[in-house]
Amino acid sequence: MGEKPKLAASDLQIERRPQPRLLRILTVITALGFAGSLYLGLAAAGTDILQGEIQRIFYIHMPSFFGAFTAFGLTLVGGLIYLARRREKWDRIALAGVEVGLAFSLINLLTGSIWARPIWNTWWTWDPRLTSAAIMCLTYAAYLMLRAGIDDLDRRRAFMSVYGILAFVTVLITLFIIRIVPETIHPVIVGASPQNAQGGFEATSGVVMALIPSLLLWLIFMPLTLMWHRVRLENRIEALNRLKTQALSE
Amino acid sequence: MKTPFITSVAAIIKKDLRAEFRARELVSLMGLFTLLSVLVFSFALELDREAREEAVSGVLWVTLIFASILGLNRGMAQERDQGGLDATLAAPVSRSAIYLGKLLGNFFFTAIVALVMLPLMTVLYGKNLLDAWVIGTTVIGVFGFAAIGTLLATLTVQTRAREALLPIAMLPIVLPFLLTAVRATTGLLNGAVEREWQSSLGMLAAITVIYFVMCLLLYRYVVEE
Repeated sequence: MGEKPKLAASDLQIERRPQPRLLRILTVITALGFAGSLYLGLAAAGTDILQGEIQRIFYIHMPSFFGAFTAFGLTLVGGLIYLARRREKWDRIALAGVEVGLAFSLINLLTGSIWARPIWNTWWTWDPRLTSAAIMCLTYAAYLMLRAGIDDLDRRRAFMSVYGILAFVTVLITLFIIRIVPETIHPVIVGASPQNAQGGFEATSGVVMALIPSLLLWLIFMPLTLMWHRVRLENRIEALNRLKTQALSE
Repeated sequence: MKTPFITSVAAIIKKDLRAEFRARELVSLMGLFTLLSVLVFSFALELDREAREEAVSGVLWVTLIFASILGLNRGMAQERDQGGLDATLAAPVSRSAIYLGKLLGNFFFTAIVALVMLPLMTVLYGKNLLDAWVIGTTVIGVFGFAAIGTLLATLTVQTRAREALLPIAMLPIVLPFLLTAVRATTGLLNGAVEREWQSSLGMLAAITVIYFVMCLLLYRYVVEE
């Protein structure tokens, strides 16, 4: 069995590859942006007359959903490109999208719940939008479960691409359900609010000033930066697994 | 040279029907489960007659989704044990035709069970479920379950945990179906105004079509070697 390649220092290269400069810049921008948007939302923006301080949670609540949207959207794109091109990279992007998106949508649910307690007088209600957001979280949690259950690597990548594409429908349902099912009590801040909405407020220039930077941050910088780090982590995990198999077979 | 689409779909349905006609495994399995589930719910809600009447559509749909999962798991296990799927894949047929054939077979078996369940529940729960719209909603919902289930069962049967993973993978995705179907059925049974249940039924039909088309296109990626 002397034909097998020996372990060489070059096999460890993936682990040593330094962070690309762009990623470092992105990380710094994201960290500063996060601090900045927190300042805008928590201090600079005016206090809501009707709801008081609790309204400030909105500056994280809504942007975090859009962050999840970007991340899950990249899972969809990664899945589609993986099925067409069969490059591992796209599957890793899809996986990173699910993990980051799931974290963001949990933030979205938690902040919403904290806001709902004083405003709706309940932590949770089976409102169409709340329900669809919960379904979305469960679907992507199932993605991670299913992924862990498939051993064969090629099969896992193809299957999970398919599941990631199917799962995206739940994101679209969550996004559009307010426009389809009118009996929701969830307020819409941008655009016309449904008739029964409870706890809406006007998008005054002060609100918009604090919202736009936060939205940009969560929509673009947070998911991209976190996902990039997650993809690099996955690269290392796979390199480590390769090394393990190699070491065991020697 | 590929076998024409319709011919292959028909051949797969015929094969599944013949196998089921000889073994009578799937329908009897799902049928028995349905009966048990309806009885279990009936006993669980026995104390409160009003609660039982209110819960009819919930009982109907929860039973149907679990019966579907049971049938799909068993059906795919048969295919795996007897090498049916591998043989079908070796034939020069389009993957979408395989999907459609399997889907229609699964749909047919579950629909039989569902249509037996409706009169049974009418008797046991004292609500008339034998209404054309209720039957229509049931058929659409069952088709939706089969459309997603056929793809996901094919996928999970190739995994390590097999049977255990199908409910995990399938339940969250069919929740929108369950939700709209329950709403439509409840509205119909309680004599709500047309607009109320029609919007739910419309949404059920819309997501069924969306998922059906997606699964039809994606099926070839879960059966490749």
